[in-house]
Amino acid sequence: MRVVVAMSGGVDSSVAAGLLAEAGHDVIGLSMQLYDQRASPEAFGSCCSLDDLHDARRVAGALGFPHYILNFEREFHATVVDRFVSEYAAGRTPIPCVQCNSDLKFQTLADRAAGFGAAAVATGHYARVVFDEDGRRYRLLRGVDAGKDQSYFLFSLTQDHLAHAMFPVGHLSKTDVRKHAERLGLSVAGKPDSHEICFIPDGDTAGFVERHLPADDRTGDIVDSGGRVLGRHRGVHRLTIGQRKGLGLSTGTPMYVLKLDPADARVTVGPREELGRRDLTASRVNWIAGDPPTAPRPLTARIRHRHHDAPAIVTPDGDARAIVRFASPQMAVTPGQAVVFYDGEECVGGGWIDT
Amino acid sequence: MRIYLDFNATAPVAPEVQDAVARAMRDDFGNPSSVHAFGQRAKATLDEARSHVAALIGGDPAEIVFTSGGTESDNLSIRGAFEAARTSGRRRLVTSGIEHEAVLNTVKALTAHGAEVVTVPAGRDGIVDVDAMAAAVTPETALVSVMLANNEVGTIQPVQRIADICHQHGAWLHTDAVQAAGKIPVSVRALGVDLLAMSAHKFSGPKGIGALWIRRGVRLMSQATGGRQERNRRGGTENVPAIAGMGVAARLAREALDRDALSATARLRDRLERGILETIEGTAVNGAPDRRVPNTTNISFDGIEAESLLIALDLEGIAVSTGSACSSGTLEPSHVLRAMGLPQAFARNSLRFSLGSTTTDQEIDLVLTVMPALVTKLRRLGRTAAALR
Repeated sequence: MRVVVAMSGGVDSSVAAGLLAEAGHDVIGLSMQLYDQRASPEAFGSCCSLDDLHDARRVAGALGFPHYILNFEREFHATVVDRFVSEYAAGRTPIPCVQCNSDLKFQTLADRAAGFGAAAVATGHYARVVFDEDGRRYRLLRGVDAGKDQSYFLFSLTQDHLAHAMFPVGHLSKTDVRKHAERLGLSVAGKPDSHEICFIPDGDTAGFVERHLPADDRTGDIVDSGGRVLGRHRGVHRLTIGQRKGLGLSTGTPMYVLKLDPADARVTVGPREELGRRDLTASRVNWIAGDPPTAPRPLTARIRHRHHDAPAIVTPDGDARAIVRFASPQMAVTPGQAVVFYDGEECVGGGWIDT
Repeated sequence: MRIYLDFNATAPVAPEVQDAVARAMRDDFGNPSSVHAFGQRAKATLDEARSHVAALIGGDPAEIVFTSGGTESDNLSIRGAFEAARTSGRRRLVTSGIEHEAVLNTVKALTAHGAEVVTVPAGRDGIVDVDAMAAAVTPETALVSVMLANNEVGTIQPVQRIADICHQHGAWLHTDAVQAAGKIPVSVRALGVDLLAMSAHKFSGPKGIGALWIRRGVRLMSQATGGRQERNRRGGTENVPAIAGMGVAARLAREALDRDALSATARLRDRLERGILETIEGTAVNGAPDRRVPNTTNISFDGIEAESLLIALDLEGIAVSTGSACSSGTLEPSHVLRAMGLPQAFARNSLRFSLGSTTTDQEIDLVLTVMPALVTKLRRLGRTAAALR
């Protein structure tokens, strides 16, 4: 079977490609160039730098399958960077990897893959896809390695995506993936994992937002829940819900960011006990099975990639919306992040946190 | 079977060239600067190659400087001329928007050293605008750089007329003839140029070797200072095996031109072009069809990303190309097609087919069999994808 593998140059997607090639598939490696590597003042960091593209090419060369680098600058800017910047400006804390994964890696790549006669798109995500014979549908499961599970980033995939998706490392631990890399003699076997946002290698998110969306004055008041002014801040895009450091406040008790209000540049802070919330609403909700549940459903829900999921009742609320009520308060519910729903091992869907 | 239609990127090395390189490596290992017999033998190989290379462009062997390739020749020419002319107050460099990056990025780099760069556009036909050139060249102009044949669309530039303009103002004319040498008859005297760059691997010679023809009387500042090789114009021990290979490649190219062998390539190119235009809707040729090198055609395909078509063709075993590749090897909108004033879409949906002496009728047949279905499929998928968004 001809399979297109999305190769970032990292160890996970390299091993994914290697295992498929080893299994006898007709593998085509595709990498995405997301930025003009010459013109950009921002040198690229972990995910898609020139070195990484060359790493991917080297792996393909060593394993003996064709590899192409696609120019996705326009798509990346339109689907990821622009949205990232405007989300910050709107007082939310975006998670660009979801758009990149679902809209770019799966949708755009699947479009191209079909043109190349490929039956499937594979990636190096730690997640699994299985076909449920009884329900006649595809199910997305967590990666076997709980510490590396990346199903959170894939909640917006559809049945159509999953029908053509392969995650060859989803049933492996990271340790096993590195062992496979060594066994296959891949040059990337010892390459460190990437963590930061790939298009902001220096980690200066605020600076990135300011360069892409200049404004004269972003400063505003820091207030407590009662509206009392406690200090000044340098822009809501510099803050996220639950943040404690960098506020420059001299109150007795530690204060945390509770709310960002970009319209009047107001930041509300409060003590830690005010940070917990049991309810949130989400929009652009995707149910991987296709149709939303007809009644409130007891699930677990995760509000950040690095958080654990927690028991919650999820109630569909018309037009791709949902209300999530947790069994116990959750710290730092952050608009712009994804809330992802699980039923045991299965990722059943998710949406974007509004409030 | 794999079909190679990317001769403008590089051409397969001719067997006679392979033999010449191996022979020189084995038998002529001496240093051409050495006094002894070993050195003299290597020097003789060098001289013979120099004669063949000079003959390909109607120059004198003493006017040939061997370099590492087209890019170095362009650099030596442009930087060397700019530095030599700067003392006389000539700081203007004039070039065209359809030049190779070896020229464009070199003149751009010289702006940091006081150069005033003027870039003249080309028309839709892929021919540099001579009137605009006449307006751009002034008595302050040090050098004008215009290619002889364009690498992407194959159009032959009015270099002779531009030479007249240059010389009225006392400016030198450099021509990047990398895509012309070996494809059309070239005479430096008839063209009236002062400097001409070429690259061996474009006419079935080895990679990493090229030459700059420097008209007698033109003084350049050397860019690689060192020993006195190449008449003090480029230091460093000569790459004798590669030069020997370039010499043989130049001889073969001249012989092919003399017996009009390229008309066979032109016939195949025209058949490919006609076949595509007739069987695939929404296709058009970029660049003046009657003023091109015989091996090149550049065709736009409505509603298709050239990138996808190129990959799909490669998976079918057919190697073609688009504009220049960038550092990662991805394709970017062609600066040549944009400089010709073509819409942005054209710069993204055009493919270059460049043929060579080994191209056969069967290969063209196969390409014409495969392409229509591929294009139809990619267009259908593209429309579906657009509708889904």
